[in-house]
Amino acid sequence: MTDRRVVITGVGWVTPLGDDIDAVWARLLAGETAVAPVTRFDASTCITTFAAEVKDFDLTRFLGDRARMHDRAGLSTRFALGACKNAWDQAGLDGSVDLDRVGIYLGAGEGVLDYEPYMAANFAGWDHESRGLNAPAWATKAYKGMRPEAEVEQEPQLTATHLAVQFGARGPALCCMTACAASTQAIGEASEIIRRGDAEVMIAGGAHSMIHPLGMTGFMRLTAMSTRNDDPATASRPFDVSRDGFVMGEGAGIVILEELEHAKARGATILAELAGFGSTADAYRITDIHPDGKGGAGAMKAALDQAGIDPCGVDSDGRPLVHWINAHGTGTQENDKTESAGVRAVFGESAGRVPFSSIKSMMGHLIQAAGAVEMITCVQAIRTGMIPMTANLTEVDPLCGLDHVPGAARDLRDKGGVGVCLSNSFGFGGQNNSVCVRRFEGG
Amino acid sequence: MRRGVSITGIGSVCSIGNNAGSFWDAIAQGASSIGPISALDASGFRSKLAGEVRGIDIRDCVPKSYRKATKVMARDTELAVMSAQLAADDAGLVTRGSPEGASGFSIDPSRTGCQIGAGLIAADTEELARAAVTAEGDDGLFDMKAWGSGAGGGGGMDNLPPLWLLKYLPNMLACHVTIIHGCEGPSNTIMGGEAGAILSIGESTRVIERGSADICFSGGAESRINPLGMLRWDYTGRLAPTHDETDGSRIVLPFDPEATGSLMGESGGMVVLEESVHAKDRGARVYASFAGFGAAQMGAPVFPGVFDEPDPEPIDGGLVRAINWALKDAGIDAGKIDAIVPMGLGVKQFDDLEAGALRAVFGDQLGSVPMVTLCPNVGNTMAGHGGLMVAAGAMCLHHQKLPARVHGGTPRAGLDAGKTEARDAALEYVLVCSGSLGGQAGAVVLKRAGIG
Repeated sequence: MTDRRVVITGVGWVTPLGDDIDAVWARLLAGETAVAPVTRFDASTCITTFAAEVKDFDLTRFLGDRARMHDRAGLSTRFALGACKNAWDQAGLDGSVDLDRVGIYLGAGEGVLDYEPYMAANFAGWDHESRGLNAPAWATKAYKGMRPEAEVEQEPQLTATHLAVQFGARGPALCCMTACAASTQAIGEASEIIRRGDAEVMIAGGAHSMIHPLGMTGFMRLTAMSTRNDDPATASRPFDVSRDGFVMGEGAGIVILEELEHAKARGATILAELAGFGSTADAYRITDIHPDGKGGAGAMKAALDQAGIDPCGVDSDGRPLVHWINAHGTGTQENDKTESAGVRAVFGESAGRVPFSSIKSMMGHLIQAAGAVEMITCVQAIRTGMIPMTANLTEVDPLCGLDHVPGAARDLRDKGGVGVCLSNSFGFGGQNNSVCVRRFEGG
Repeated sequence: MRRGVSITGIGSVCSIGNNAGSFWDAIAQGASSIGPISALDASGFRSKLAGEVRGIDIRDCVPKSYRKATKVMARDTELAVMSAQLAADDAGLVTRGSPEGASGFSIDPSRTGCQIGAGLIAADTEELARAAVTAEGDDGLFDMKAWGSGAGGGGGMDNLPPLWLLKYLPNMLACHVTIIHGCEGPSNTIMGGEAGAILSIGESTRVIERGSADICFSGGAESRINPLGMLRWDYTGRLAPTHDETDGSRIVLPFDPEATGSLMGESGGMVVLEESVHAKDRGARVYASFAGFGAAQMGAPVFPGVFDEPDPEPIDGGLVRAINWALKDAGIDAGKIDAIVPMGLGVKQFDDLEAGALRAVFGDQLGSVPMVTLCPNVGNTMAGHGGLMVAAGAMCLHHQKLPARVHGGTPRAGLDAGKTEARDAALEYVLVCSGSLGGQAGAVVLKRAGIG
């Protein structure tokens, strides 16, 4: 079964820059950003007052009347449904596909907390005299105010359930929550499910929104987010000396992965090949990345290994074999430095010649959805021969110091285009995942 | 040639036992421990009984240098870390988390993976409430302006510890295990409700089969015995009202048409999976080996508040597909299965779906295949449950014995699921399977060590 190849036949996303593949791609190439003050709740007194929100999202635009079936779904599940609809349609999957052989693998986050009734219960449950919890009082208020449908929809695997109901997929269905690495991992694990023959088609990707009071609170307490409140549009500055944290985004990215012969047999348009996947654990600390970046390096190496690509090799024109690394590139001091160290460890002397940029500079960090959206940008890079820039990068941190594509998108159409990309995602606790996306060539 | 996978270590932490041996002894004797909740005053909840873990302390289960880190562990993570430590000990593994001078097989970090099933972890209610009430607005409600700690804010959120978020990320179960034991291979955190651990164990077998690791810590852990967890689980329609009952084994009645619902438990259900030749070469004790794995999704799961329209199929079709795939993967037909370890929740609606699925696979033979049910012993321990189920199945094969079955009622006709004593049994293949809240289903087929 190991000779089964996995290709991408559909892509869809819902991002802070929009939800049309080509339109969002054009905005990324133009260096537009989607970061602005938070509108979803009053964040005006927070240390971070801004985020990259998805604006004007309406599920009926994607699903028509059938959107009503998902009325109770939380925001991130709705994003996933929208993204999946576009990917599903692009793949042209119709009634002829055997739905028992279509699976789902998502790196979907928990639902958006219904925080008002939750906080009301927490208030009611606090006993000021004993300075402790009065659980019965909490329960009374909670049963009264907290809505069953909102609470049940918090369960992260329900995003997969909604997709299954909407699209009829009945094969293996899994959901992984590996923090910021989740949807890259989901895509990689889904490719393994196809490779080993447990499914022919996988709906893979992720969805998440943490732009709510307690979601933002968690990251503010960790001091992981940028606090550049006076200039949100340039706050996300991966690889720049002045970077001061990541910018919260939200959204969904879904790809349709398919076994090559299955795709060919039904005459599907093949967008690219999912050529390799690597996954490692730092086994170091829950808060910090291993300073050598060895976990990230291990994931990249494993992904390239599976794709059969030598990271230090060059083609007949002397060009490195990997044409773009879509960085995890969060804009935190630690990530960008250690990720760069990892790239150096893998690519050796070629490291400085492999473009290595971060779209988080423009649409923020979509947390569990980030990897899937970024993997789709790899597909777009391959299709268009263009590489997005790292925006807001004016002075490259020498501790990063690679080719971070500052200033403008790079046009490689005259230089052989983009044939091979890596997309990295790393998560808290030392979860490292990398996928290798390659231009599909016959065979 | 396909690499074989064996179970060489078991770490079960649940209300009836805190390691492989005591867990087996307890189920063999038909022990049950589902009683009045002690973790909090549960009098405000409909369901006041649960299977709580007792007699084990996280601080005794981690290296001394790691004790400080236990402060940032949610209960779920504690259960995972404790059960992983027990599984490693049981498998005779020496990791960097082992005491100095420990004897056993030293693992190769780069060849050791970790796939753990987890649930949605609720923030500690008391910790959050203590901070929240410092951000009270003029109307007596939570006030976001007072919560913020930037310009013009009251700084309420600063009353939460800086690492607050990290306590509640589901991947922290696997992360702490990888850090303690130095597992640098593939790592994953799978959310699949009650099927989470079975799916994780299935994925671990695939990781080993494809050669990406030789050893994996696998299974799951979860505890919802906290205010938000109890409320949410009650809202799924799966919990029984307990009224004045104090013995949960009289309430949890798998496949009984009179059943009034399930009760919660908490557990860490971890196993050590190992490539079979690797296990043999180091002389490891093998409880059982893997024969097959299958996963699938139910068409339209039914639970309150999400989808109104039930699946036209009155059975869990996902479970049928998962089992059939696992049997196909094992290269056997259903007639070869000697025992089934099903979920057996004791919630009529879900028991109907599950029993219907099993009947679809086994047909009229179903009544002659004994079931091993754990919910009456420990409650529904959710993401950890599949780990306990696989451990139970593996130990049945190892001991060639079926444990006693606890049942306070009468299961429907056509199922071997009622109260029984333990008995010796010739067992070659055992099926372990579960559907879930959300409709994700997983099934594994275990076989007696040394066959096939």
